[in-house]
Amino acid sequence: MTDATPGSNKVIEALQPHRSLWRDVWIQFRTHKGALAGAAVFTLILLAVAVGPYLHTVDPTYLDYRAKNLGASWAHPFGTDNLGRDMLAQVLAGGRVSMAVGFTAMALSLLVGVVVGVLAGFFRRLDGPLMRMTDLFLALPLLPLLLVIIMLFRDTLRRAFGPEAGIFLLIVSVIGITSWMQTARIVRGDVLALKEREFVLAAHSIGTRLRRVITRHILPNVLSPVMVSATLGLANAIITESALSFLGLGFPSDFPTWGRLLYDGKDFLTITPDRVLWPGLAISLTVLSVNFMGDGMRDALDPRIRGR
Amino acid sequence: MFRYTIRRLLFAIPTLIVISFIIFALLDLAPGDPTASLPLTIDAETRAMIRLSLGLGEPFHIRYLAWLNQFFINEPLNIVEQWFGFEFSGSAERLRIRSWSTRSPVVDLIIERTPQTLWVVGMSYVVGILIAIPIGVISAYRQYSWFDQAGTLFSMLGFSVPTFFTGLLLIVIFSTIVPSDSWLWLPSIYDTTHRVVDWDSFVYQVRQMIMPVMVLALFNAAQISRFMRSSMLDNLTQDYVRTARSKGMKERVVVMVHVLRNSLIPVVTVIALGVPQIFGGAIITEQIFRVNGLGALLIVGIEAADIPLVQTLTFIFAVLIVGFNLIADLLYGILDPRIRYD
Repeated sequence: MTDATPGSNKVIEALQPHRSLWRDVWIQFRTHKGALAGAAVFTLILLAVAVGPYLHTVDPTYLDYRAKNLGASWAHPFGTDNLGRDMLAQVLAGGRVSMAVGFTAMALSLLVGVVVGVLAGFFRRLDGPLMRMTDLFLALPLLPLLLVIIMLFRDTLRRAFGPEAGIFLLIVSVIGITSWMQTARIVRGDVLALKEREFVLAAHSIGTRLRRVITRHILPNVLSPVMVSATLGLANAIITESALSFLGLGFPSDFPTWGRLLYDGKDFLTITPDRVLWPGLAISLTVLSVNFMGDGMRDALDPRIRGR
Repeated sequence: MFRYTIRRLLFAIPTLIVISFIIFALLDLAPGDPTASLPLTIDAETRAMIRLSLGLGEPFHIRYLAWLNQFFINEPLNIVEQWFGFEFSGSAERLRIRSWSTRSPVVDLIIERTPQTLWVVGMSYVVGILIAIPIGVISAYRQYSWFDQAGTLFSMLGFSVPTFFTGLLLIVIFSTIVPSDSWLWLPSIYDTTHRVVDWDSFVYQVRQMIMPVMVLALFNAAQISRFMRSSMLDNLTQDYVRTARSKGMKERVVVMVHVLRNSLIPVVTVIALGVPQIFGGAIITEQIFRVNGLGALLIVGIEAADIPLVQTLTFIFAVLIVGFNLIADLLYGILDPRIRYD
């Protein structure tokens, strides 16, 4: 009996499905209905934007003056604008740019946030200056500054990199460098707690290099707050880009994003009200689904909530 | 509390100076020529003179210090003179920050535009708070009920749907679909020259404020109601609530007096912290409803490359942020004595 116990435990363990962190996270994520719906809607929008232009093969920049300001029809499911461009094709093309801006700006802001947070948390000498800098960035009036930076550098960058790439680079970088502060604060807090833990001490004691301690032991452990920041950052980047384009200081009209389509459509509200409906719905649904996903992810990645 | 206040104040000053330097340097060192938008027939010599007259002949640090002097010393003195009606010596030769495009003092332009922004923004914030607090209280008291679920959805929608879409949607519904002779019809353009003299003009003023105020109010209510809910939830499980109930107090008194008062402490600071963001959000709302407030002034200044105007306005936004951060910290200290660490 006594020698049988360890063996039978092994059998029970082997019979149970393998439990990994990500499996647990997924099980918890599945219980959040809003998050699941959000993930489904977001995937759908991503698919539509990625595949849509191959199915609806109208050129979004093709002008057809005889078919201007049309309502919905089979040829133009979302109608046409005042220059006779197909709205569905424009919304799909605009979505590609909006999503590309959102993901790139989010990645940039995460990169800056994680680097600042890890450096501030890990090296005590850098903590003071870096956190003062974070506070300073939080005190900047972001929307006015974004507008000012775009006004000042738009022409220079467009001349240097071409009209599309220039404005893309400018918008992505200004959104990235003005939205990293929350990530940095959260990561710093986590790193401060992690670096006192035994496994970090153990890693130091067997002579692991500092860089390896950070990449191997610290970074994987701050992954969950970073993933939550990523979803919030994506929503924020898409909204900010649309706001800038809506104020006329974002992308040009021949290279539209959802925000720019709203800006162009807002002067034709009495003739073609659906021109603002579709891009506006696209922005709102995207941000809403991303926020729901973030909510679910926060619950799923929080070990205090998971498993309850 | 006094030492705490002083320390906070002393910390705000260097922050503001660094921000003013960043804003000034960013605008000043950027590429671009202020005379570039003038007609091409103007020859190079005249252009150079125009540049000199705009004050661009001086080196960078002199211009920065002059701007600081004008912003922090000259303009406040002017305002004091206007308010109290007496003159300090040398008020005539005191230099003022002048807009490049209108050539009038920037501060006068700002004072002219402030009431419109304050009316729309202030009203929307008040309405937002009035919507948010009951929603937060009921959501927390009846946690996981249908009301709570609806409140969660409402707040999710509120901060996911951007104001530039809700605004346009309201215009489409209430200004174009609703016929213009119906009582439901609302004007889509905010008329700043409208004066309230009698009942009818008052009704028109209310009608033209409904849409811009509601757009911003919904956005604010979404955020504040979440804070209110979680703050109420934190307090409802505290021991003092059980004590109050066991003393035989009415449930109404327990919730509305004991719990609500304690839950409002963090919410008040959140409300104070949100004020500067509201001015930022107003930039977009003013653009949709054509309110000619501060946000519209900023956009006009940016489009005309009016550097002094943009510098001053952006810095005022920064002053608002730092100021309200300070107010939030102090309020927290006053309302919750446990927070003061002096």
